[in-house]
Amino acid sequence: MPGILIVASALEGSMGRSSVELTGAARNLAGPLSLPMSAALVGQGRGIGQAVETLQQYGVQTVYRCEHPALTPGQSDAVLAALDLVVTKAQPELVLISADTVGREVAPRLAYRLRAALATEVMSLAVDGRAVMARRQVYGGRAIATLEVTARPAVISVKPRAFDVPQPQPVRGTVEEISLTIDPEALPTRVREAQSERAEVGLDDAQVVVGGGRGVGGPEGFKLLEELAAALGGAVGSSRPPADEGWVPITWQIGQTGKSIRPNLYVAVGISGAAQHVAGVSGSRTIVAINKDPEAPIFSLAHYGIVGDFRQVVPALVAKIKAAKGA
Amino acid sequence: MDTIVCLKQVVDPELPQWDFAIDPATKRQVRMGKPLVISTYDENALELALQLKEKTGGKVTALTLGPQGEVKDAVRLALAMGADEAVVIDDPQSPQRLAADKASVLAAAIKRIGRFDLVLTGCESADWVERAMAPFLAEALGAACVTFISRAESRDGALSVRRTSEEGFQTVDVRLPAVLSVTSDEAIRPRLPKVKDIMAAMRKPVANWTRADLGAEDAGGAKGVEVKDVSIPERTTKVEFLEGEPAEQAEALVARLRALKIL
Ligand SMILES: Cc1cc2nc3c(=O)[nH]c(=O)nc-3n(C[C@H](O)[C@H](O)[C@H](O)COP(=O)(O)OP(=O)(O)OC[C@H]3O[C@@H](n4cnc5c(N)ncnc54)[C@H](O)[C@@H]3O)c2cc1C
Repeated sequence: MPGILIVASALEGSMGRSSVELTGAARNLAGPLSLPMSAALVGQGRGIGQAVETLQQYGVQTVYRCEHPALTPGQSDAVLAALDLVVTKAQPELVLISADTVGREVAPRLAYRLRAALATEVMSLAVDGRAVMARRQVYGGRAIATLEVTARPAVISVKPRAFDVPQPQPVRGTVEEISLTIDPEALPTRVREAQSERAEVGLDDAQVVVGGGRGVGGPEGFKLLEELAAALGGAVGSSRPPADEGWVPITWQIGQTGKSIRPNLYVAVGISGAAQHVAGVSGSRTIVAINKDPEAPIFSLAHYGIVGDFRQVVPALVAKIKAAKGA
Repeated sequence: MDTIVCLKQVVDPELPQWDFAIDPATKRQVRMGKPLVISTYDENALELALQLKEKTGGKVTALTLGPQGEVKDAVRLALAMGADEAVVIDDPQSPQRLAADKASVLAAAIKRIGRFDLVLTGCESADWVERAMAPFLAEALGAACVTFISRAESRDGALSVRRTSEEGFQTVDVRLPAVLSVTSDEAIRPRLPKVKDIMAAMRKPVANWTRADLGAEDAGGAKGVEVKDVSIPERTTKVEFLEGEPAEQAEALVARLRALKIL
């Protein structure tokens, strides 16, 4: 079915939020371009059936269901093998992929194979005539580029969390089974083991995030930040230096290279506010900065600023929040 | 292990905001008079290549595509850090080109260099952040591909690499030849060359090629994507500083958060 094909991932055994976000991203294009929406659903395990239903809930008319034991987390080569078959069958004009671990590898490779145009790490999508207008951050978030994509087919990778989960738009769709013959032994890359550093409250979905920077000084400082996050019911993240130094897990890094987040509240502690960090937090609704340097660039982004040493400010804040909650 | 490391020169990405401007003619960052550096993660890639060479032997070639007059410092630094030789492809237009377009040129150059087990790139360029070069090169060269890795170990003629994922790390076995993109990690912090390394670098071979030498056509893969606009978003927020002793500042913030119904 020529149209918009989204790549829905159930590699972990169930489908995550990023795939649903893709249906929202695709809707920006499907209406104005009068294109039907289909999905290549790749994965394994029990969650696949549920994933088909979810996709139909969000307006996907045709689901190309690719189920195979080799379709597991991080297995890009297997995903690419599945997509080769789906695109041959579906002949899509536009392919939308989440720019996650697998998507970052697969999107350019698929574009190469299809001789398609490529736009990566896109944060908003619109239509102008027949062209797709894709906006993305460049220069460490200092600027926004608008790419005009006129070629077809085109592959577009979408930054996770850039699009909201849309309103459901149920359709009665069809499901096509894609039969795959993948020999895991023959794949050039194989995930041997995965080490999870996921925190209790996931950074991606937290409504409140406390971010710590080089100014936090070390792992002990982050203990204070964890107390603040707990009091606020949120998660802890970091700028790049704490992740590079190994004070915190790499998965905590927020920014251009790290995660992009859009919580209700972001509290930046001991973070100077370099462009590459701001790139990942500028979508937060309210930003609070705690920094001992009143000239720190983070204060030009923050709504509320506290100039001071975080070692005094953070415990005071934890105490006041607890008191306020108790009252 | 013979490794080719792709290096890009960019305007220092950590320059302050006031020093950042877009040239309306090229729709790219103004480069004139700005310090140029090797793109952040490309240096990590070079460091990883050098560490692999120290363990397994082989040769490290630094490959760079750019306006020839601009790339001298990058090449000199790469050779001083320990690359054995360098290849420069002169392309005055390269700062305006997108990854798909440059990938065909780099792939042609890699084929001309000939033997390689491994090609390394940075996980993203500090300026345009497409994150597409390693996957493109892998396809063009028929090689395996893993991106965002920070460790690599040679194991029975293959590699075992550590990739950063959403959840943490994955250990991935990779066949050779492979194209890998590299992110930062404490273990691959770029080394600082010593004076004697800088002297030795002067005698290392540098080949100068052009796009035409490589038979690269213009805008092959990048057809159909045009950069329409690059603009600097306006910041409209105005900070309210909360004054007083820490307890007073905390009190004031709690009041604001309550008003916003965050608390
Ligand atoms: C290609 C590229 C990608 C990048 N990607 C990312 C990314 O994803 N994420 C990211 O964060 N960075 C990224 N960076 C790095 C970025 O440019 C900055 O170097 C980094 O964000 C700085 O981190 P920081 O603010 O924690 O440290 P610093 O800039 O060193 O700031 C520390 C701050 O702490 C304050 N401070 C010190 N002590 C205290 C105290 N006791 N109490 C209160 N405040 C204190 C200081 O006043 C200072 O403002 C990237 C850079 C490049 C080139």
